[in-house]
Amino acid sequence: MIELEDVVKRFPGSAHPAVDRLSLNVAQGEVCVLIGPSGCGKTTTMRLVNRLIEPDSGTVRIAGRDVMQTDPVELRRGIGYVIQQVGLFPHWTIAENVATVPRLLGWAADRTTQRVHELLTLVGIDPATAGQRYPRELSGGQKQRVGVARALAADPPVMLMDEPFGALDPITRKRMQDEFLRILRSLSKTIVFVTHDIDEAIKMGDRVAIMKDGALLQYASPERILAHPADAFVDEFVGADRALKRLALLECRSAMQPAGATLPAESIAAEASLRDALALMLQTNTDAVAVIAHGAPAGVLTLADVRGASRDDGAAASRAVGSSGT
Amino acid sequence: MLLEAWHFVLERPDRFIAALATHLALSAAALGLAAAIAIPLGIRIASRERAALAVIGAANIGRTLPSLAVLALAMPLLGTGFAPSLFALTLLALPPVLLNTYAGIRHVDEDVIDAARGMGMSARQILGKVQLPIAMPVIFAGLRTAAVQVISGAVLAAYIGGGGLGDFITAGIAMMAVPQLLVGAIPATALAIGTDQLFGYLQRRMTPAGLAERAA
Repeated sequence: MIELEDVVKRFPGSAHPAVDRLSLNVAQGEVCVLIGPSGCGKTTTMRLVNRLIEPDSGTVRIAGRDVMQTDPVELRRGIGYVIQQVGLFPHWTIAENVATVPRLLGWAADRTTQRVHELLTLVGIDPATAGQRYPRELSGGQKQRVGVARALAADPPVMLMDEPFGALDPITRKRMQDEFLRILRSLSKTIVFVTHDIDEAIKMGDRVAIMKDGALLQYASPERILAHPADAFVDEFVGADRALKRLALLECRSAMQPAGATLPAESIAAEASLRDALALMLQTNTDAVAVIAHGAPAGVLTLADVRGASRDDGAAASRAVGSSGT
Repeated sequence: MLLEAWHFVLERPDRFIAALATHLALSAAALGLAAAIAIPLGIRIASRERAALAVIGAANIGRTLPSLAVLALAMPLLGTGFAPSLFALTLLALPPVLLNTYAGIRHVDEDVIDAARGMGMSARQILGKVQLPIAMPVIFAGLRTAAVQVISGAVLAAYIGGGGLGDFITAGIAMMAVPQLLVGAIPATALAIGTDQLFGYLQRRMTPAGLAERAA
């Protein structure tokens, strides 16, 4: 859906290119998270997609069409855009803000009104009361909800999100992440998502692109990056607890063995994460738990299985609760 | 003395009304002309840093010139009468309108502009739908300052034959006739205060609802 091919972008007065011969494909319906230290070129890469930044060389294509051959204004109206500071229009009501792109596209008034109502409800804002308020009357979390609703307004197939939850407190951030993943389950969107938070990347991404100095170091599923970091930098970047992070992504179901004659005393749900299973084993001082699916024992999970899963790429591994699958 | 001034007006109402009308016409024309020049210019330089430096430098110098000096400088160039007065008063009104337009546009949050661009607004739409409405209270504050300056400055137009309420004042001073002086001074003062109030009211009316708190 989104293809970057050999893209180079150099800013005037800077010794190194911001983006250096970068190639990246994002498949239809996939969330691609761009992550890396400050100045790694992740935001620049994202902004190349809707021509807010234009490449010096190389091509950027959306659905096979070169963005440089598309009128930038028309291009951007077809791409949802969410930024960390939200950038709501302070002189417009919440409803008017969400109606921005439909109005630019010249939708009929009643269609726009209906769509605004639908979207505010989707992001958990009451259209009847909050819709008529102004941005300054909202909290940070509510503003970001409106920002997401505004980006979704014209139902764009592609969305760009630059640290959308970065300015929120940890509790609100987690809630917004969960809600956004819930929204994504009902809408198929191709998303480029920029963050500097590795936990957010693992949680939100179908694939994670780790960048440094304008280049792509590794582009793979979160499970794969956690199991097999491409180099020492990625290893350090994903953190010393990468084994635990990986376990949090895997369901007990994926690592269990067939149940024997005797079942362990402790049990855990098949959809629970391996991290939870490990915690249970440590707390109860056992090295095996029964795995329960649909109310019946489905298998047994041992400490050795958990250890194995933390390293192995496990072809059959399925993602844990709260993510959109492999 | 006030009574004498009042009689002075009653004895020659035509002269008084004509002077008042000239005063208002001169002020309104100067303000309108200044707005027509300074607002578009302020918008243009808001996105051009180098040009902005030069223009704002000039405007700041313009702001420090004494009104009377500007009028005096206009005389050798344009002679006497309405036109040179209008020219000088327009010059007087330009800096506040220009500086406020520039500052108002510049102070629109960058994230708001980025969001507008990212959603597919054209440069023209960003200006018309986002930058100008958000900058409006600041631009209006500039017009308010300019209006008061022009109304007050117009009193001096009498020195170069521009007419207006200043005629009574200069004549009053020349003949040591205090009542006649007041016939010019009191309405001119009232006019300046009234203008300030009127523009204050307009400024509040022109402030978009979502910005009301900030502009207060």
